[in-house]
Amino acid sequence: MRPAELNLARYSVRLDSETDFTGWRDAARRLALNEIKPEDISWHVATGSDQPPCDLPAAPVGAQLVVPRDFIGHAETAFCHSDPTRVAFLYRMLWRLRTEPKLLAIASDPDTRRLEAMEKAVRRDSHKMHAFVRFRKIGDGSEERYVAWFEPDHFIVERNADFFVRRFTGMRWTILTPDASADWDGERLAIGPGAAKGDAPDQDDTEALWRTYFENIFNPARLKVKAMQKEMPKKYWRNLPEASLIPELIAGADNAAIAMIAKMPTTPAPHHARVQAKHWPKQPAETPQDDDAGTISELREAAKGCRRCPLWRDATQTVFGEGPDNAKVIFVGEQPGDQEDIAGKPFVGPAGKVFDAILDDAGVDRQKVYVTNAVKHFKFEPRGKRRIHSKPNAGEVQACRWWIDQEFALIKPELAVALGATAALSLLGKAIPVTKMRGQVIEREDGLRVFITIHPSFILRIHEPAEREAECERFLRDMREVKRLMAA
Amino acid sequence: MSALTVREKLAILSDAAKYDASCASSGSAKKDSLKSGGIGSTEGMGICHSYAPDGRCISLLKILLTNFCIYDCSYCINRSSSNVKRARFSIDEVVKLTMDFYRRNYIEGLFLSSGVIRSPDETMGEMVEVARRLRLDEKFSGYIHLKTIPESSAELVEQAGLYADRLSINVELPTDEGVKKLAPEKKPETIRLSMAKLRQKMEEKAEPTLRTKKRERFAPGGQSTQMIVGADKTSDDGILHTSARLYGSYHLRRVYYSAFSPIPDSSSSLPLQKPPLMREHRLYQADWLMRFYGFSQVEILAGSSDGMLDLAIDPKLAWALRNRGQFPVDINRADRESLLRVPGLGTKVVAKILATRRHRRLRLEDVGRICQSIAKLRPFIIAEGWSPGTLTDKQGLRDKIVRSCEQLSLF
Repeated sequence: MRPAELNLARYSVRLDSETDFTGWRDAARRLALNEIKPEDISWHVATGSDQPPCDLPAAPVGAQLVVPRDFIGHAETAFCHSDPTRVAFLYRMLWRLRTEPKLLAIASDPDTRRLEAMEKAVRRDSHKMHAFVRFRKIGDGSEERYVAWFEPDHFIVERNADFFVRRFTGMRWTILTPDASADWDGERLAIGPGAAKGDAPDQDDTEALWRTYFENIFNPARLKVKAMQKEMPKKYWRNLPEASLIPELIAGADNAAIAMIAKMPTTPAPHHARVQAKHWPKQPAETPQDDDAGTISELREAAKGCRRCPLWRDATQTVFGEGPDNAKVIFVGEQPGDQEDIAGKPFVGPAGKVFDAILDDAGVDRQKVYVTNAVKHFKFEPRGKRRIHSKPNAGEVQACRWWIDQEFALIKPELAVALGATAALSLLGKAIPVTKMRGQVIEREDGLRVFITIHPSFILRIHEPAEREAECERFLRDMREVKRLMAA
Repeated sequence: MSALTVREKLAILSDAAKYDASCASSGSAKKDSLKSGGIGSTEGMGICHSYAPDGRCISLLKILLTNFCIYDCSYCINRSSSNVKRARFSIDEVVKLTMDFYRRNYIEGLFLSSGVIRSPDETMGEMVEVARRLRLDEKFSGYIHLKTIPESSAELVEQAGLYADRLSINVELPTDEGVKKLAPEKKPETIRLSMAKLRQKMEEKAEPTLRTKKRERFAPGGQSTQMIVGADKTSDDGILHTSARLYGSYHLRRVYYSAFSPIPDSSSSLPLQKPPLMREHRLYQADWLMRFYGFSQVEILAGSSDGMLDLAIDPKLAWALRNRGQFPVDINRADRESLLRVPGLGTKVVAKILATRRHRRLRLEDVGRICQSIAKLRPFIIAEGWSPGTLTDKQGLRDKIVRSCEQLSLF
């Protein structure tokens, strides 16, 4: 037999109540500082006893007990557990931590696991208390109060009371449990002794509505009784006003589901034809007329439903060109990015900002130029909450020439600026080495002059500040050249 | 027709709302009533106040404002051609029901949706008014989730975001073709644009304003959506592709998968069968792999023959069996990314393994103590004193694991 049971322990410690963590903490500190081993202590909880709490040695003057900072938090939670041996166990943990300061990080240690399991049980019980307390209203007007009866597994009323204060501040309420009670009068919280079920009101008219809701939100075609019981074990049912419905709902579920499935579709409801006629009048079938747009805005409208390549599937919308329809120059980028796809406008993301700033430095008024992209839907790979840009392939570029050719035909600019390789491919119909040929003007067969430069996103990908600065300068020179060509 | 009582309306309008799977009350900004002296709080973690025998949690009062609807979506119990009984709550009734339920601690808040009557703006306006009254007149700080009607005006959406914790727009089906076929009046393009606008608003409001330097409130619980599974022929791979696109494009907090459930007075264009619950479960697991386990969408089903998730085993185990060359993983050395890919190791267990192995080398028994069961992971790990040898590459490994897991679940 263990010494504690024979009362042979050298030290007997009395705590004021099951939730007297302060008492435990104080006693444990003094005991540990005096090198008193766990097996030499017996712990007792005596509520309302007049006896002096314990015959403990004082802590040696100046002595410090060093335990990991987070242990107190863990211990305070586990202390709420209803297991009577928890008090001695927590002292043993403390004892071990003096020489094994990393003990709490060793998840495979049996004591650490036990501590964790106790905390988990307390936290779960607390969570279930937040969930399953059911208030019943008594009185009206200034006499209105809400009273609940709840049976937790552990000593958690004090620990949980603040939650209910934060939530039901504007209400007067009382929660009664077998071991303790909590009462909020709108201003002050009082923790009191335990009570009996009979002390709480036994009905509330609103429960009929709640039960109606419970019955109807249940889908009999999805019966999963085990899943329900895992989260709402039967021990809670007796205090839940909705739970008495469960057996009949389960019993009737199969028939209800079979009836739903077996019920043949009926004829449409009488009002259906009226609704259809009023809200969804039959429209003549729309034939896509995207080849005879006479203006840029008609063309933009036609491009909204573009299905010429599969990129529309994953993108949000077609991002069409923007600018005056008599612009002298058209800037062509690669494709819209994340921001452009969301906003529906070209060049509004990070690369667009760089582009704007340098255009401004070069004295080119963005309001007077037309900006567009070689490909009008965003192509990307999703990576969590981000979208990684993917380069459009030749087929996609080719498909989108349908739009870009019409943009050029309607605007008839004097100059095109190809920003990057994809734009050059689209405008010239063949791949060219952009970095080698930047700054050059290539004249197309139809007489259009195409100025070659890099895409502004290239600048963003340079991390080295000096290099980046140099590249900005080069791009600025290109834009000044564009301005000169525009004036020419 | 005699007027319906509140209880009769509640029966009709909660029955009408139950096919929406979303129930979360988590992930919003913390708030309580200490200062306002009102009622309600949200503290980050959601609370499920009850569970129905369908295993679904009941966290919010999930109702429709009305089940009259001008749309005729064949999968929906409230479609205009359905013969279901119709009802309509007044704004007062919804506000009172919410407060009465909340005060008794039945719910975390309100999830309000509605059939569309007359016009999208009119319906959305009434839903916003319910939220406004709860917040301002009742000093309610609990959770509010508003379903957003894609066609409603920007001003209404702005107000909705001011009062609601979460907004959602349902994509309904995994493909645009599916929407066109089963919900002919709905426009997938508009749904995308509305989600894009919500993301834009959320990002805009996340920036501190110039004048007050404070962030304005706009749906702190983010946006979510729902997809119906099994009403059309889209494969799991296709469904996950759509989810990955939605998470990436619109920064959704959650995509809910709802196994298509037969509904009373169903349309003849849909399968009349029990809802594919296991498929739904596997999709959620795969969704978790994308969001918390570092899997890209393409990886999850790469190498599978039909693009469907294995119903008998979880998607991570199925992936590991198809990619045995990446195993065994040494539990004492591997990085977090590799440990997360071991079947049977969850994010919490991986964190514990990483913390523990800084202080001691782990044996198979130690791993067994940290996680639930080692039946699934034995063939895939190396631990102190344990190597799976040829077990990893053994024929019939899948069946062996399935059998041992089944036996465990008997106890």
